[in-house]
This record gives sequence, C-alpha cells and structure tokens, in this order.
Amino acid sequence: MTAPIQELRPGRTDGHEPAVRLDAVSKVYGRELLALDQVTLSVDQGEFVCLLGASGCGKSTLLNLVAGLDRPTAGEIDTGDARIAMMFQEPALFPWLTVSGNIELALRVTSSGRNTTKKERRARAAELLEVVHLGGFGDKRPHELSGGMRQRVALARALAQEADVLLMDEPFGALDAMTRDLLHDELERIWRERELSVLFVTHNVREAVRLGDRVVLLSSRPGKVIEEFPVTLPRPRRTDSAEVAEPASTITDRLRQEVLRHARPAAQGPGSGE
Amino acid sequence: MATDLSQHIAGLDALELSNREQQSLASRVWARSWPMLSAILLVLAVWELVVLSGWRPEYVLPGPVTVLEDLWNRLGEAEFYEALGVTMRRAITGFAIAVLVGLVVGAAVSRVRPLRAALGSLITGLQTMPSIAWFPLAILFFKLSESAILFVVVLGAAPSIANGLIAGVDYTPPILLRAGHILGLRRLALYRHVILPASLPSFLSGLKQGWAFAWRSLMAGELLVIIAHQASIGEQLDNARELSDAPGLLATMIVILVIGIVVDMCFGAADNALRRRWGLDQRVG
Repeated sequence: MTAPIQELRPGRTDGHEPAVRLDAVSKVYGRELLALDQVTLSVDQGEFVCLLGASGCGKSTLLNLVAGLDRPTAGEIDTGDARIAMMFQEPALFPWLTVSGNIELALRVTSSGRNTTKKERRARAAELLEVVHLGGFGDKRPHELSGGMRQRVALARALAQEADVLLMDEPFGALDAMTRDLLHDELERIWRERELSVLFVTHNVREAVRLGDRVVLLSSRPGKVIEEFPVTLPRPRRTDSAEVAEPASTITDRLRQEVLRHARPAAQGPGSGE
Repeated sequence: MATDLSQHIAGLDALELSNREQQSLASRVWARSWPMLSAILLVLAVWELVVLSGWRPEYVLPGPVTVLEDLWNRLGEAEFYEALGVTMRRAITGFAIAVLVGLVVGAAVSRVRPLRAALGSLITGLQTMPSIAWFPLAILFFKLSESAILFVVVLGAAPSIANGLIAGVDYTPPILLRAGHILGLRRLALYRHVILPASLPSFLSGLKQGWAFAWRSLMAGELLVIIAHQASIGEQLDNARELSDAPGLLATMIVILVIGIVVDMCFGAADNALRRRWGLDQRVG
C-alpha cells in the first residue's frame, strides 16, 4: 500500500498487486521459540512459488499464518480479498461424508454456493471430481480410495472453494514416486487452467524445481528467507530430467550448507558454513 | 498428453483400489456365533458339575435342566410378558431421559470452559458412584414410586453419556478442525459439520456404557422399590427369593443377563457399522 513497504519487498512486481504478500513476518511460540524471523515474501497472481527448507524452518507455520489459522507475532500478511484454500499432507477428508459429500460441504460454505440447492451442489461436485479424474467415485467413502485418490479429492475440495490462492503443505509427501509424478502433472494443469496462485511447501528439492516458478529457500530455527531461485525451465518438466536435476543440485548444496550450520553450535553466524 | 495423463491415472487408481471380498452371511454368522455357543455350553457344563458335586442341596442350587425348564414355562405365561413390558418400559424411558440429559450436559460442558472446570471431574465422579447409593435419597424424594427408579436410572446412565460426548469433542482430530476452518466453518457451523459428527464414535461408546449403567440401576431399583400390583423382572426376582423358588430365581437372572447382552450387541452392531463406514476398522482387517 505505502511506498516504503513496496521498497522492502523483493522484486518481481509487474505493476499489479501480488496475491500474497508477507512483510517482515515473525512468529514466536511461547516465550522464546522463534519459528519465523522477519520473513518477507510475495506470491504474484498466477505464480507458483515453492517454499523449501529442512526440518524446523517453520514452513508449515508460515502456511498456517497465510491461511489465517494462526496470527503472526510481528509483521504483516496481506492477501487482499483473495480466497484461500489449503491442502495438507493428509487429505483431511471428513470420514462421515462420501467423497461427493466432502466437496458438497465445501460448495455449501462458499459464498457463491450458499444459495444453491442440494442437487446443484451434487452436480457441481461431480464436475469437480471429473477435473481430478475421479468421475464416478462420488458415492465412495474416503477410506475406500487410495492415498493418491484421497489427495485428489482434497484438491477437488480446495477447488470447490473457488479460491484464488492455493496453499499446499507437503501435499504429496506421503505418496509413492509414481503417484506423485502424476499428481504433479495434474496440479500443473489445474494451476494453469484456473490461473491459481500457489504457495507450495516441500522438503523435496526436485519437486520444488519441477513445479515452481520460483523456489524460496528457508533457513532453519528460526525460519528466514535465505535465498530465492527463479526457475525458468520450460514446462512441462519432468522430475527425473537432467534439466531439473541441475538447479536441484545447486539448491541442495545451499540447503546442505544450511543444515551444516546447525551441526556445530559454535559456528552460529550467517555465512560461517564452508 | 491430456488423455495420456488421465489414462495413467486411471490405471494407477485401478491398481491401488483393493478388492475386498465379502464373506457370505452364513459364514459370518457362524464365525461369530460358534465361540459364543461353546462358551454357553461350557458354563452349563461347569454349572452341572457343581450341582453334581453336591456343594449345595438341589433345592438351593438346581441344575441347568431344571432351570431351563422353568424358564421355558415362564416364557409361556402372560404374567412374564407383563413383567417384561413394565421393566423394558422403565428401561427405555429412563435411558431416553438419560440420553437427553447427557446430551445437554455434555454439549454445554464441552463447549463452555468454566462449566468444564466446574463440572468435568464431577461428572466422572458421578460415573463411579454406585447407583444403589442414590436409592435412599430417591425414595425420600419420590416415595416408593416409578419416579424413584427412573431418577436413579438417569443418574446412573447420564454421566457416561455426557462423558462420551465430551471425550468425542475433545478428541476431534485437529487436522479435521483445521480443514473445517479452511473451508470457512466457524463456531456453530464448525460444531455442526465437523465436531459433532467427529465425536459420534465416542458418543456411541458412551451410550453403550450408559445403557449398562442404566440396566444395573434399574435392576437394583426394581429390587428395592417394589410397587404394589405392578409386576416387573426385579419384582419377580424378589418374589422368587421370598418363596425360596431357586429355579425361578435363576431363570429370572438368565432373563436379565440375556436382555443385557442383546442390547449390548445392538450397540456393538451399531458401533461396527459406523467403524466400517468410516474405515476405522482397517487396522484390524
């Protein structure tokens, strides 16, 4: 909004407001546990940003803050009037509802779906299930589906919220490599078609390079942005391709330095890693 | 590319879906009933052995055959069904009131923090209180009437039901709460769409436990509070003792036991159905 803040934020503003903007956001748990330290970050509209870090970098904390599940101790988070959906590592589907029922509940809660009839919501849920290639599975219970399928239902539920911003907290972390690859393709397609802004948290470097327009590296304890890597490789990319492997190894090296910093408590200062 | 992707996904989905075979009804019934039948036979055999050993004279401890004959005769009498009707009416009325009270108290306590601090441990305390200890007070309040019995039945069952609901609310998986929050569900909507359904399994086991307490309290009540001109199962038990009718006494006890087991099995079946629907029984299967 104001000029000084605009200067504080890293580049990549093409005139219009970013979808998500964090300004010097800090989060302290209890009295002293500093989870996030002055994180400044933005996600442009339609941009796919991957947030990468080792354990304890506060990735999940950061997403929770953006999602409004928690409040920052200091700093400012601006998501404008964007609608935000979120996916977790677990599908977090409601076991007492059918697959379709889970999506219908999401439709019912969104402002545009509030005045729809049950029948309309059902039809809309069926459409959304088609989008994630699960047409015809609406009457199943979540536990009858495989992990990858459940995660796609969760994606369909997120889409049902008609969100502009999709927050993803290691959504494919628990899946096997093959399923994950397919879901990357799925997610990329849906992201493009719906012009979503995605903030994707992962600890998998190749996954980050495979998906992101930009990879943001967070330090651990406290979480702090240490470096950003723009990824300009043409899409669609393949996780196992040499083009993805190259930036991935650069980023992995940088990540290792960061992890190494914690091996020796004596060498705490930034840049002291070899 | 697009069709390629969707075909890949369809293939993977087909591979990952397990084809669980359903056993036939007969084999399932058999698998469940044979251990139960053998246990019953074993109990009858031990009983007969004790009778044969002459530990107590036959007129005090009759053998299973005598008792089962007596039970069979009772099942043919209208008086028995009258007594059963009265007892079951009390059980159902008392349990229904207990569910209502348990629901209201449980919902209030789980939702309002000060209430929880004030009443939380009191409810657990009430649960451990032997229901028979309430009867003197109940008789003081309501004289020898059905209200006295219902009062104790409700006090016996309601705390378990309330506790079941409270535990269910407390143990709502945090991830589901977060998911509900992200969907935009707040306060009452979150309660209605997430917390209450999530607490259903725990509530159901609270109901089951509540029923056990209600049934015990009812039997204690019917033995203590004999209402003139009103036959009931408990009253029949008391009659049998006064008349030294040992077969009748044991037959009535079997009736009480069987009713308790049958109702418990109904709750068990409901619980199983719920677990199957929710996919909670997969760890075992």
